[in-house]
Amino acid sequence: MSVGVPELQSLADSVVEQAKPGEQIEAYVSRGGETSVRVYEGELEHFVSAQSEGVGIRIIKDGRTGFAYAGTLEPSAIAEVLAEARDNIQFGTVDQWAGLAEPDGVAQIPQKFWDEELANYPTDKKIEITKELEKLTLAADARVRSEQSNYEDGWAETAVSTTTGIRESGRGNSCYVSVATLADDGDEAQTGFGFSVGDSPKEFDLNKAAREAADRATRLLGATKPASKSVTIVLDPYVTSQFVSILSSALNGENLAKGRSLFRDRLNEQVADPRFTLVDDPTNPLAYTATDIDGEGLAARRNILIENGVLKKFVHSSYSARRMNTKSTGNATRGGFMGGPGVGCLAMQVQPGNKTQAELISAIDDGVLIQDVSGMHSGVNTISGDFSTGASGIVIKNGTLGAPIREFTIASTLQKMLLNIVDLGNDIDWLPMRAVGLSLVISDVMMSGS
Amino acid sequence: MSKTQTVEPLVAPDVLERVLAKGRSTGAEFSEIYIEDKRSTSAGLDDGKVEQVTSGRDRGAGIRVVSGETTGFAHTSDLSERGLLAAAEAAALAAKQGGGGVHKVQLGDVLRHSVNTIKLSPDAVEKSRKVELLKRVDAAARAVNAAIVQVSAGYGDSRKRILIANSNGVLSADEQVRTLLRVSVVATGDGGMQTGYDSLGHTIGFEMFDENDVEELAIRAAKQAVTKLSARPAPSGAMPVVIKRGSGGVLFHEACGHGLEADLVGKSASVYRGKMGELVASPLVTLVDDGTMTAEWGAIGIDDEGHPSQRNTLIKDGVLTDYMWDYLRARKEGRAQSGNGRRQSYQHLPMVRMTNTFVLNGKEEPDDIIRDTKHGVYIAKLGGGQVDTASGDFVFGMTEAYLIENGEITEPLREGNLIGNGPEVLKDIDLLGNDFAMGNPGTCGKDGQGVPVGDGQPTLRVRSLTIGGTAA
Repeated sequence: MSVGVPELQSLADSVVEQAKPGEQIEAYVSRGGETSVRVYEGELEHFVSAQSEGVGIRIIKDGRTGFAYAGTLEPSAIAEVLAEARDNIQFGTVDQWAGLAEPDGVAQIPQKFWDEELANYPTDKKIEITKELEKLTLAADARVRSEQSNYEDGWAETAVSTTTGIRESGRGNSCYVSVATLADDGDEAQTGFGFSVGDSPKEFDLNKAAREAADRATRLLGATKPASKSVTIVLDPYVTSQFVSILSSALNGENLAKGRSLFRDRLNEQVADPRFTLVDDPTNPLAYTATDIDGEGLAARRNILIENGVLKKFVHSSYSARRMNTKSTGNATRGGFMGGPGVGCLAMQVQPGNKTQAELISAIDDGVLIQDVSGMHSGVNTISGDFSTGASGIVIKNGTLGAPIREFTIASTLQKMLLNIVDLGNDIDWLPMRAVGLSLVISDVMMSGS
Repeated sequence: MSKTQTVEPLVAPDVLERVLAKGRSTGAEFSEIYIEDKRSTSAGLDDGKVEQVTSGRDRGAGIRVVSGETTGFAHTSDLSERGLLAAAEAAALAAKQGGGGVHKVQLGDVLRHSVNTIKLSPDAVEKSRKVELLKRVDAAARAVNAAIVQVSAGYGDSRKRILIANSNGVLSADEQVRTLLRVSVVATGDGGMQTGYDSLGHTIGFEMFDENDVEELAIRAAKQAVTKLSARPAPSGAMPVVIKRGSGGVLFHEACGHGLEADLVGKSASVYRGKMGELVASPLVTLVDDGTMTAEWGAIGIDDEGHPSQRNTLIKDGVLTDYMWDYLRARKEGRAQSGNGRRQSYQHLPMVRMTNTFVLNGKEEPDDIIRDTKHGVYIAKLGGGQVDTASGDFVFGMTEAYLIENGEITEPLREGNLIGNGPEVLKDIDLLGNDFAMGNPGTCGKDGQGVPVGDGQPTLRVRSLTIGGTAA
């Protein structure tokens, strides 16, 4: 990482130094803080100022793994965590592939994760920005009310050390603003939201966030339920980002090893339309989830996963790589000190097409622009591929946008949707999510309504 | 319902009094401290191997200070008097409104309100016995059918001691124990892979496994996956839907539960605002939220603001009778709290949340409900859901469903979401069974916080719901 945190690193080192013969130890320590400001109707609703810290220790001996964590860095607690992790080893099953990552010589690509201006940003200015965002939102449309206007920032320092020679530490901070809106029309109310992210508050685009929050809430007023039929859909960049994110599970090398990937046995086969190329690239500083190391401390790297529709690669941690007799792709994930590493894509990017969204729409006779989806967690099965979500959007008729519609579902299978990609937009949006957004056109999707 | 006794709290009462007084030092009218000490154990089995046993410890305090409409909040993992006073000062500054002065807070005896009896505390049980359960689940699921190619099982328990004190003199404590077992199964066939899932969770200790057969749980999940191998695509469009008892509580959680939370109602972000005393559901429906429901996943002795849990009737015979309340929202309306102020951990602010939310029995025989349905869908297992409380539109997933043809359950269907509008669906419930059951343990997410909740209902029919399938 670009900026080391010697104090945390030596704390992690001190745990690893206690390894007994035959033990592999990994210590992951972190601490951080956050500020959360919420404004409602011009008044400060809450102000949260909080700090937290913790340690997670993983020990592997004779192929068995034990883990323990505590939400504190007190020396006595760390000793207790080490003892608990050690005690937990005996209950694991021997796994010939169990082990920690080892340095693989891949160089890190330096990026900037710390903003000094944000670190020193005054509290009253944070409150001011939050109030300003609410004011701009209300001014954007007379039908719009505020539900909440938020400012959030956070900083974190982490360090990981292992007996296998990994020693990495670093720190980062970030901030964003968001606003939730309501729009009324008689008895009917619809909701919207807008947000803006930046390295520091001076990068916020409050006007854009306010405009989007107002538009999202008002554009569905008067929307009706459509009749069921098969249609071509255009996914708005924000929806595409969610759609692409769910592919991470199918491209996960551990899921592949355990027979849980719908792309099982499909390597080097055509799994998507040739127009579709998908890359995981956390080294791209434009990506919101850009990072220089993965969850095990290996250098993050660029991996081409699907190229011109052909499945080229699964992503791996050191564990899944050993199982599949390959090398880690630098794709270990980690949710913090409370758990060990998993596997997943880190920053997914779709190669853009060359049309604007308006141009994509003008080529469609009978379709729907999907502006929002719901129930991605309940109606999409990444193992079977069954895909069904709630949706709202705008009818496309003879190349132009028509009336708003809501309370319907769109359904297909992930396998079929990838093959039915008809076109892609050039409207890349680096959203604060794991995957980039752009307009994506998919044909032959079942719209279910009245 | 409650008994008062003096026991050693997590932090001495005189320290609490000084911390609460510090919280009011900038002129705030209310200060509160929530202290948590949680120990947890989890174990995961996947691919035939016990991959990892994890022990966790979370301990800390959250301090809330309220001044007018403004809440200041700070939390710390340092439970020393110095650490707590520093957090109280930060929270007080955050809610600063001018004024100030010296305040004195006096606490009474600790209120303890228990709704669960723990026979076998999870920390008194050998970890090897917990791991053994996973191996039994794995073996039982794999034995169901050769088509079962993968099994993942998880065990988790937690024991959380909480203490809440506030400047109004409230001093309450609870010990909350939870035990959970879940299993996911993958089956493979000619048409690809299908999945099955089931779980068991209660606010009791390890005795849960004396009263429940873990093999049965595994077999249910495995059969669900195998059955779906021959499933046909779900239909699309609106049709009658029959939901099996104990599997559809999430329908009410989404269709109206969230919309009855007073914080959302207060901001007019609920389709149920201003509907008190009105008919909002079919007269068959009586909806209750009950934090006292012994051993159920959302059962709590006290809520996370120190208020004893209680049973609240929200809809009676179709008429809206009450919303759910926390301290802030109740204070604003000058009424009593309802025991629904909950938070994920000491690092979070409390807000209005459900506990165990369910619909009471009707009169119909469940078989008659199916027999009365010419053409429709029978849902035996629901997945999660999501709602937009302002419009009332909600979705929920069906993970095990069948076609109903001429009053009989016939072919299995592939997975999908259903979509509906809360107020319309509640009025569309036209048959309600007499076979009430609670459903699986759930985690409800709101504003970035997850809390454990339960739900339940008898077998029922909704006259029309939109099925999000692919078949015409």
